[in-house]
Amino acid sequence: MKVLVGLGTCGIAAGAEKTYQALQAKAAAAGLPVEIDKTGCIGMCYREPLVEVRADDGSRVQYGNLTADKVERLLDEHVAQGKPIEDWMVWSDDGRGNERAYFTRQTRIVLRNCGKINPESIDDYLAIGGYQALNQVLQANEPEALIASIIDSGLRGRGGAGFPTGMKWRFTRLAAGDHKYIICNADEGDPGAFMDRSVLESDPHSVLEGMAIAGFAIGAGQGYIYVRAEYPKAIERLNIAIAQAEAKHLLGDGIWGTGFSFHVKLKEGAGAFVCGEETALMASIEGKRGMPRVRPPFPATKGLWECPTSINNVETFANIPWIITNGPKAYSSLGTANSKGTKVFAMAGKIKRGGLVEVPMGISIKEVVFDVCGGIKNDKKFKAVQMGGPSGGCIPAELQNTTIDYESITKTGAIMGSGGLVVMDETTCMVDVARFFLEFTQRESCGKCTFCRVGTKRMLEVLTRICEGKGKDGDIELLEQLATLVRSTSLCGLGQSAPNPVLTTIKYFRSEYEAHITNKKCPAHNCKPLLTYTILDSCIGCLMCAKVCPTKAITGELKKVHVLDQTKCTHCGECHKACRVDAIAVD
Amino acid sequence: MSEQRKYDFKKQHYAGEEGRLIPLLQRAQETDGYITRERITEIHRDCGIPVAQIYGVATFYAQFRLHPVGKNLIKVCHGTACHVSGANAITEAIEKTLGICNGETTPDKLFTIETVSCLGCCSLAPVIMINNDTHGNLTEKEVKKVLKQHQRAAIGEVQ
Repeated sequence: MKVLVGLGTCGIAAGAEKTYQALQAKAAAAGLPVEIDKTGCIGMCYREPLVEVRADDGSRVQYGNLTADKVERLLDEHVAQGKPIEDWMVWSDDGRGNERAYFTRQTRIVLRNCGKINPESIDDYLAIGGYQALNQVLQANEPEALIASIIDSGLRGRGGAGFPTGMKWRFTRLAAGDHKYIICNADEGDPGAFMDRSVLESDPHSVLEGMAIAGFAIGAGQGYIYVRAEYPKAIERLNIAIAQAEAKHLLGDGIWGTGFSFHVKLKEGAGAFVCGEETALMASIEGKRGMPRVRPPFPATKGLWECPTSINNVETFANIPWIITNGPKAYSSLGTANSKGTKVFAMAGKIKRGGLVEVPMGISIKEVVFDVCGGIKNDKKFKAVQMGGPSGGCIPAELQNTTIDYESITKTGAIMGSGGLVVMDETTCMVDVARFFLEFTQRESCGKCTFCRVGTKRMLEVLTRICEGKGKDGDIELLEQLATLVRSTSLCGLGQSAPNPVLTTIKYFRSEYEAHITNKKCPAHNCKPLLTYTILDSCIGCLMCAKVCPTKAITGELKKVHVLDQTKCTHCGECHKACRVDAIAVD
Repeated sequence: MSEQRKYDFKKQHYAGEEGRLIPLLQRAQETDGYITRERITEIHRDCGIPVAQIYGVATFYAQFRLHPVGKNLIKVCHGTACHVSGANAITEAIEKTLGICNGETTPDKLFTIETVSCLGCCSLAPVIMINNDTHGNLTEKEVKKVLKQHQRAAIGEVQ
């Protein structure tokens, strides 16, 4: 019997290390014949720490919220006596568990090994057929046919833009040059997206294998992984994985006994969102300021150190070994006419089951939010989903039947993006969300193009004054005008897409903007300067609110209804928080 | 880290490799806590990269600091999920508890507050990271508790 603890960053933050240590200590103390092992992230982040008990016949039972204090009972009942604990069970492969619905609608290709294998053990990966896809393509020795099969699979770049992967490889293969490079873009900068981190932490070998296959396809001997420095666990596991693969000659020189050599180097990013853009990323690898340059020439002809380079995303690479093993038809049978396969989404925000989900393309937003992820937290009203991070947009609840494929999402004004999907409810102010994203892109603008540098700054100033109740007539039109200019005069994707969150919120939530500007009200009760606090007659006169008020705006006597002087109120909300009987109304 | 390794960046790390400036700055910050003026001069002397270029790179990336930070670095996540889950309130609570503003260091040099774009633990929002420990699903009350624990530990170490 084996007990596996999910030790991804989410799990560790929820206390999985403590669970792991308790399991080891207590199992050893009780002398139980059980192996305690680590695994990556199974995706149920909302239930971390997660522990799986795997019987010798391979059957699996998953427990959620398994904190260290629950370890003793688990070992005693399930491991020692063989009686699974139904109450704690979230999922089992024989159809039990109260959270099974989370998995039934998912199709796991990218996440196929996540939460199943120990990411720090190459033997685990080899045992499930790891590096066999690489072996297969090396033995066949037909890079053209390999590229053709990736084109046939319909796989499109999962970094956001959705360019066909096989085509990118073909262009790089055909480009003239002795040295060629593969780059894995793991600079997952979109706030709200964490699928690349999870894949790297849970299944690093799949990504390395995908990179080596790509290297063979285009004729590259060197690959780089550009990974965010904010992901220390992913970096640690990638380093382990690279060393293990090199030791077994699955990376390095003479892979699988053939003449093919492929080396992988890790490059840590240094915290610049713009480095997710491919030309900026290459500048950063070269040790320069990460500023984009004009394309063409595209990286496929002139990339890293002026050599032909193919840059693909983590998720794209993780798909590759599966496509080789199962064939392009198996992949293209999933999804819609123009968007094949599956897509991983990082679900976060006001959602009941937040975590990683992988669904076939063509599923609707509604199905993902409600059927897979259980709907809105605290059963509040669903307002919008934000897709694509700062480059994306907000899709309102009215459009929840929109299917998830590149074309349909783009039609709404948002983009597929890398896969961050943040759910918003009635308490989220859409003007504030637009301001939040613009604050981000404004800060992250590299400053090369004037309109991106200054235009986003002006837009942010307008949005900030709207949120502060100082909005003026014509502000919406001014935002639209600036948005068009920034979009059309910026060199790279950051500037071109920076106005998207503003434009989509204006398009779908114009009335909210108008309420802020004309009525000086925030319908979601989020923008503090626009809130009015009033003391209701149900006040019991406890003086709590008067005590916390920093400007002494509240006066009153014990056991008598207090009075709030609006002229002194700074809208800080401390009185509302302090009131124990909900006698302070907010509007 | 030994004296030898500290002062021999060029030989110990990434010697002769193209694009070595960023890894060098990262190791320098790891060693010194921030990028010191002396280190910039040293990298220039060892690698021949112009000081202006080193400074340009060091100020471009958010990771690099040109000023020292407190013993405990508190990173408050302001990613989308954390933002909609109340990251502003968390920042305010931390600022109030420590008596400093975002970006500042406490007079006793024990804590620095820094906001970051996304720590990638969105399903646990709101999240903060103190040194390398992540704390998720925070409320204003909870974050004060976490800070108190760290304050006690930090003061204990000093004494």
